Amino acid sequence: MSTKVIEVQNLVKRFGNFVANDHLNFDVYEGEIFGFLGANGAGKTTAIRILCGLSSPTSGHAMVAGFNVKNQPERVKKNIGYMSQKFSLYEDLTISENIRFYSGIYGISRADRIERERQLLRNLELEAERDKLISSLPLGWKQKLAFSIAIFHKPRIVFLDEPTGGVDPVTRRKFWELIYEAVHNGITVFVTTHYMDEAEYCDRVSIMTEGKIAALDTPAGLKQQFDTDTMDGVFLKIARPDK
Amino acid sequence: MRTLFYLLQKEFIQIFRNKTMLPIIFLVPLLQMLILVYAATFDVKKINLYIVDKDLSSTSRQMVSKLGGSPFFTITDCSFSLQEGEEAIMKDKTDMVIHIPRNFERNLMREEHNNVQLLVNAINSTKAELAFNYASMVIRNYNNHIITSWKGIPDFKPLNSVEIDDSYWFNPELNYKFYMAPGILAILVTIIGMFLSGMNLVREKEIGTIEQLNVTPIRKHQFIIGKLVPFLFIALFDLAFGLLIAKVTFSLPIVGSLGLLFSFAAIYLIGILGLGLLISTMCDTQQQVMFSGFFFMLIFVMLGGIFTPVESMPTWAQMLDRINPIYYFMRVMRMIVLKGSGFADLKNEFISLLVFGITMLSLAIRRYRKVA
Repeated sequence: MSTKVIEVQNLVKRFGNFVANDHLNFDVYEGEIFGFLGANGAGKTTAIRILCGLSSPTSGHAMVAGFNVKNQPERVKKNIGYMSQKFSLYEDLTISENIRFYSGIYGISRADRIERERQLLRNLELEAERDKLISSLPLGWKQKLAFSIAIFHKPRIVFLDEPTGGVDPVTRRKFWELIYEAVHNGITVFVTTHYMDEAEYCDRVSIMTEGKIAALDTPAGLKQQFDTDTMDGVFLKIARPDK
Repeated sequence: MRTLFYLLQKEFIQIFRNKTMLPIIFLVPLLQMLILVYAATFDVKKINLYIVDKDLSSTSRQMVSKLGGSPFFTITDCSFSLQEGEEAIMKDKTDMVIHIPRNFERNLMREEHNNVQLLVNAINSTKAELAFNYASMVIRNYNNHIITSWKGIPDFKPLNSVEIDDSYWFNPELNYKFYMAPGILAILVTIIGMFLSGMNLVREKEIGTIEQLNVTPIRKHQFIIGKLVPFLFIALFDLAFGLLIAKVTFSLPIVGSLGLLFSFAAIYLIGILGLGLLISTMCDTQQQVMFSGFFFMLIFVMLGGIFTPVESMPTWAQMLDRINPIYYFMRVMRMIVLKGSGFADLKNEFISLLVFGITMLSLAIRRYRKVA
């Protein structure tokens, strides 16, 4: 049995009277793709921000890569990668400069960086664009780059918060090929999404409504449980149980 | 240390790639030195005179021509009615009315005594005071002159008169440009430092890259120092550039040590940059940084003594200046540049600026939150 890389017990996050995360409980195992689904405002981004050490939980317990997010957020940060909804590369730096900057922050040696950069550019077929400013690239390329740079320091887990918002299905498909490759290299993937076809690509899926986890299983298990053929059906039954 | 290197490398690339940055670095000091220093002068050169000469004697005309011949006065209008002169003041058409009464010359010769009336437009009290003093001086001199000439005794002087012989130290020609330039430079580096650093940090919040940095193991002090150092260099560069412009265009004398001046500037700027960064850690948008920054700037500058001597402010304002960094730096600038003061003369300022710098920098580091 593989080891747990994320353990969440009774995690609560309150903003005033509003409960964004209401006693979450789940584990994520090493090497899996864990899908985190839910309607807008269900509390996905809040949860992911807590797990990345960007936000402090109100109560409860969360361990990421063996470190407590509440007491040791900086240790957690050494072991994770993160790609937010908001695009996060520097638009006024070139691809190569962005890579140099982030690898510098993570303390990657120069030799390692040069080797990994060459690999990354070959992989994304962006060798010719190496010295172009990020602002000059199309959105799909930027997202693939942002993902590749988020895992450039070889973290144990990568958190992706709606990574494929606003791009066409072909580009999304290619993006998921990158995700599979990362998993193949031993990185655990924690991903939030709106797209139900993407939920099918995950090993296990949890669905949140109103700050609670309403269901958690493999896609096949969920479809069976809710007696429907598609993830769309599962989602609709959970999000609007009365229909 | 290596992390800091990569941070600085990134900041410098971004700064020099930003097309608005070079104009800011070069044009702002150029314009401030060439426009503000010349404009913000207390030299009152063109005082408009309105003459009401009801006497029209040779004595009164001579006196008027003395006034008109002075570089400070321009005779713009005259009439025989004091009322019209008063109206000119009301309409702000003149700065001063000189009223010479009828029979001025006759009374002067008979009684050796007479009055000239000066009506001064005191909307601008500084100008009014100067105008009054200049005019009194010209009239008094003329007075002495006629006394001596009428009495027919050459070089007559009343025995008990005390002659005042003036000599102005550190700025012998009372050149206001010399006085204003160091003060304006102090404001210049403050604006450059506070706003560039503050805007830069909050911009990372606006575009969202700060969140990406917050999930990295970057240390808080590394981040803040990485944001501070580039703008420290730019502000010091602008100080050097501004001094050079002042030296070239109006031969500002720089009496003291440049090394000492720049060391003080560096300490001061660490505090100001720290304040800019502190403000931006508490703001979410560049607008908010602008408004809060201007609030502090305005108070600091007005209290700092660039236009009005701090010694003539009310006591409570002088107390406030104890925590005003611009006040100390303005003094340091003027004392080193004009007077050639050394470190021993500036110990008090040194300690104050150092405390300010350390406080602001540590507050900025403390206040910067990686975890919300």
